[in-house]
Formats: sequence, structure tokens, C-alpha cells
Amino acid sequence: MSKVLARTPLYLVLIAVAIFSLVPLYIMLVTSFKSPVEATISRMWELPSTLSLDAWRGAWSILRPYLINSFALAIPATLLSSLIGSINGYIFARWRFRGSEIVFNALLLGMFIPYQIVLIPLVVTLQSMGLYNTIYGLVLTHVIYGIPITTLIFRNFYARIPNDVIEAGQIDGAGLLGIYRRIALPLSLPGFVVVGIWQFTQIWNEFLWAVTLTSAGQRPVMVALQNISGSQIVEFDLQMAAAMQAALPTLIIYVLLGRYFVRGLLAGAVKG
Amino acid sequence: MAVGGDTEVAAGDAGSTRAEPASRDRVRRKRSLERALPVLLLLPSILAMGVFVYGFIAWTGWVSVSNWTTFVRDLSFGGFDAYTRLLDDFRFLSGMRNVIVFTVLFVGVSVVLGLTLAILLDRDPWGGPLWRNIFLFPLAISFVVTGVVWQWLLNPRAGVNLLLDRLGVETLPMWYVSTAVVPGWRWGQIDLVIPVALVAVVIAAAWQMSGFAMAIYLAGLQGISEDLREAARVDGASEFSIYRRVILPMLRPMTITIVIVLGHISLKTFDLIFVMTGPGTGYVTDVPAVYMYESTFRANQFARGAAISVVLLVLVVLLMAPAIWARNKTEEASRE
Repeated sequence: MSKVLARTPLYLVLIAVAIFSLVPLYIMLVTSFKSPVEATISRMWELPSTLSLDAWRGAWSILRPYLINSFALAIPATLLSSLIGSINGYIFARWRFRGSEIVFNALLLGMFIPYQIVLIPLVVTLQSMGLYNTIYGLVLTHVIYGIPITTLIFRNFYARIPNDVIEAGQIDGAGLLGIYRRIALPLSLPGFVVVGIWQFTQIWNEFLWAVTLTSAGQRPVMVALQNISGSQIVEFDLQMAAAMQAALPTLIIYVLLGRYFVRGLLAGAVKG
Repeated sequence: MAVGGDTEVAAGDAGSTRAEPASRDRVRRKRSLERALPVLLLLPSILAMGVFVYGFIAWTGWVSVSNWTTFVRDLSFGGFDAYTRLLDDFRFLSGMRNVIVFTVLFVGVSVVLGLTLAILLDRDPWGGPLWRNIFLFPLAISFVVTGVVWQWLLNPRAGVNLLLDRLGVETLPMWYVSTAVVPGWRWGQIDLVIPVALVAVVIAAAWQMSGFAMAIYLAGLQGISEDLREAARVDGASEFSIYRRVILPMLRPMTITIVIVLGHISLKTFDLIFVMTGPGTGYVTDVPAVYMYESTFRANQFARGAAISVVLLVLVVLLMAPAIWARNKTEEASRE
């Protein structure tokens, strides 16, 4: 009993922070299911007396094309950058050459630049390629600037494959690509899951590229959400429903595959 | 890890050619292609990063000293006017003050909160993974969503203030609408040090990112063996001094990692401010990244936009260089 008492402060702190953590989710959920009459600012903490889907329907009718844009952006960009990261990471982990560490570190630095420093040239370049204000331009941008992080995560991943597994392939006479296809790739599923979740989440949530490289109908969902929240006309309940819908895809991934999400978080932060 | 010899096509560090003598010739012929193959496969990425990172940085540097100050692109050399004007620019100076204050507060709060949570969770509370999931889920959410929701929660006429009002609090905080700067020391054009409005943004940012610090610290704590703690307990150390003398020093590399990652996110912060508050009255919540965006894409002041982004890059380098140096030093120390 005294042990339980001694741990009371521990639980008090945990509960307090958990409330802090959950409050925004509570407000989003509760408000988005209120009827327009109940969804007033002064009653924002109260639970709805009846469940109403009005706000969800209203937000959906506005957001739908932008949600589709975001999927059309995030899915191909995630697949492409995972593939590139996998090949790069495999080479940096397993086929070092003279200067490969320097090249690796030079690539890695690309992860830490504030993207404002490349924004103007990027706009000019995409314009001259005819890719400005297209989903393709955004895909290309995310694939290119995704190279450092995907390469890093995959390099650390492949570095952990035991040497004898790779050497066994070498004795078979398989070369770089042979070993990649026959040995490394089949072992890569967890790596692809980690990188895929990480990239999808980042790309889905990204705002700077989205707002600068696209306009009007080409915009991803986060820009549309920002427009809704910035407008004085759109009601509170509709804003919360829109925020919920924009957050839902990455939240669902987190709930289903949280373990891999955390692994990506740690892998991205700790340079191997 | 050492860089492998350049003639070695072997995998990893320990590998070497173990082929039978008869097949050596075949291996050797394959070698010349195999030797070039890694570089060949990396070439697209190297070129892409060379152009889109390093080339573009140089390009932006050039734009910042060009005459490109209208909608018409003029890349002739125009001197360093864009920079010298920034030194006398109230909005830019306010933004610099804000982003530095914001970074210190945000990283500080996240480190303290993250460390506290990690230590508590490391003590194995009932319901373990559930707590972790609650603290980590905001990381999966966009700063845009965070901004939209916290804008309502910290709206002076809504959210938290409704609760404070019901609790009988007399003077309700103005949150991000406040224009006060405390303690308000005058320095040139701007007031120092902390714009009160930034506190609201720090709360929202820490809500989102504290879980990151917690996750890093938890990983660090799990790497500290129970034997070590037990040994300290046998030596008669109190729980508190075990944390202070044994565990906290061992978490130093984690702290550096957190400062690097959160610090660089914070210095370039754009979306959260853009969505939640905007530049604010008297630029109390403006940051260079927002100013850069508005200079470039709203005002067509490309040279100024480029100059601000160069300053941002320098800020990030100033933060990263000592942090990375410190990390390498701790890594060396742990190797010895």
C-alpha cells in the first residue's frame, strides 16, 4: 500500500500531461460531431447532446479534392523515395568506396538545411521544367529532398545485416545488384515499412513546399485546411471537422503501425 | 568505422575475397565494373543533391546580392543592400529576437518535459505503452492541424480562458494576442526579451514535439543497464543521486541529439506560426521564415527573401556546428 502511495505523484504527473496531450484531440472530435446550433465558442468544452454529421459532411465537401491531391502526392513520392533510399543505403552500408563516407555526409547535410535557402531557385527551376503548380513538381521535390533521410535510415538498416549473410551471396558469385535483389531486398520489408511510414507522414503533413509550389486546384490538403482556418466565414465546427479529416490518414497509420513510426523517429535522429 | 580499401568489392568491413583460385580471373574481370557500380548507382542522388542543395544554396546566395527586387527577374550584381537594410528593419529584427527566444523556450520546455516523462515511464508505471502512445501521437500530426486547433484553445475569448474564467481567474491571459514584451528593455528599435504572445506558440509546439524528446530519452534510459543502477544502490546512493550522478550524465548524447533536431526545426519554423498567429501586431510572433515567405512571394522582394534565408542558414549552422562537435566529442569519449 505504501508503495502505491509513494507512486501517487508519478501518476499525477502522467495524468496531467496526458490531459494536456489529449485536449486538442478532444476539442476536435467533440466539436466536429456537434450540430451547428451547439457548436458555439462559449460551449466548446461541452459534449454534444446529439451526434451530428453536418460538420463532417461540410468539411468533406470542401476538402475532398485536396485530400485526393495529397494522396496523389504522398503515395508516389513515398514509394519513389523509399526505393532510392534503399539502393543508396545499401551501397553506403555494404559497398564502401574511397570517399564514400564524405559523399554520405555531404548528402546527409541536405537534411539539415532550412528549406527557405533553396526555395527561390526551386520555384524558378520547376517553372522552367513546366512542373510548377503541379503534383508532379511536388513529388519530385519531396523525392529529392527525401534522399538524405531515406538513405540514412536504410544505411543503418543494412549495416545491421550480419556480414556472413552478405558474404554467402558473394561466394555464390553474385555481384552488388545480385546480392541486393536476392539477399538484401527480401530482408528489407521492415526497413521499407519504417521509411515508408516516415516519408508518408512527413509528406502528408508538409506545408512550406505545398504553399509555395502549388496554387488553386493543385494544392495539398494542408494548404486547404490553412485556408479554411484563416477564413472568417467558415464556422468553428467545420474547421475542427476539417482538421480531423486532414489529420486522420497519418493518425490511422500511427494507431496501426505506431511501433514502426517510433523506429523511424529514432532512426532519423540518431546518426549511425 | 573505417572506410574500406578501394579495391575491395567485399561487403562490409570484415569481408574479403574468398573465391577459389580458379575463379579469380572471372572475379577480377567483373571487378572493374563492380568497382564503378556503387558510384554509378549513387550518381543520380549525388547529382540531385549537388544541384538542388549545394547549387541552389549558391544560387540563393547570388540572388541575395542581386538587383532582383521586383517581379522582373534581374540577376545583375546589386551589392549587399539587402543585408544592410535588414540590419535596420524592425520586422526582421523582431523576427530574429522571436525565433531565438522561441527556440530557447521551445527546446528547453521539450527537453524538461521529455526527460520527466521518460524517467517516469522508465519506472514502469501501470499501463506502460498506453502512456507512451498518448504522449507520442501528436508527432504524427501536421503543424498545420496543431496550429488550427491551438488557435482556438488559446484564443483569449475561447478555449482555455473559458475554463480559467469558470475557475474565477480575474485577469485572463491574452495568449498570442498579447503585444507585451517582458521585461521590455529597449535595444535600438526593438524591445527585449520575451514577447508574451510567443508563450502560446511555445505551448503548441511543445505539445507537438515533447514526445520526440521523451522517445529519445527513453531509448537512452533503456540502454543503461539495471546492473549499473543496482551497483550504485549497493554503494548506498539514493534514488535521486543515482539519477543525478549516474543516469543524467549518461543521457548527455541524447540531449545533444534532441537539441540538434528540435533546434533546427525551431529555427526554420514556418507553418505553425503562419497558421496559428501570423506575424502578429507589432510583429510579436513574426519569424524570419514567415518574413522570407512574404518578402518573396507576396512582395516580390526576391533579394530580401534570399538574404533572410541566408541568415537562417547561418543560424542553423551556428546551432549545429557546436552541437555536432559536442556529439563527436562524447562519441570519442565513450569509445575510450
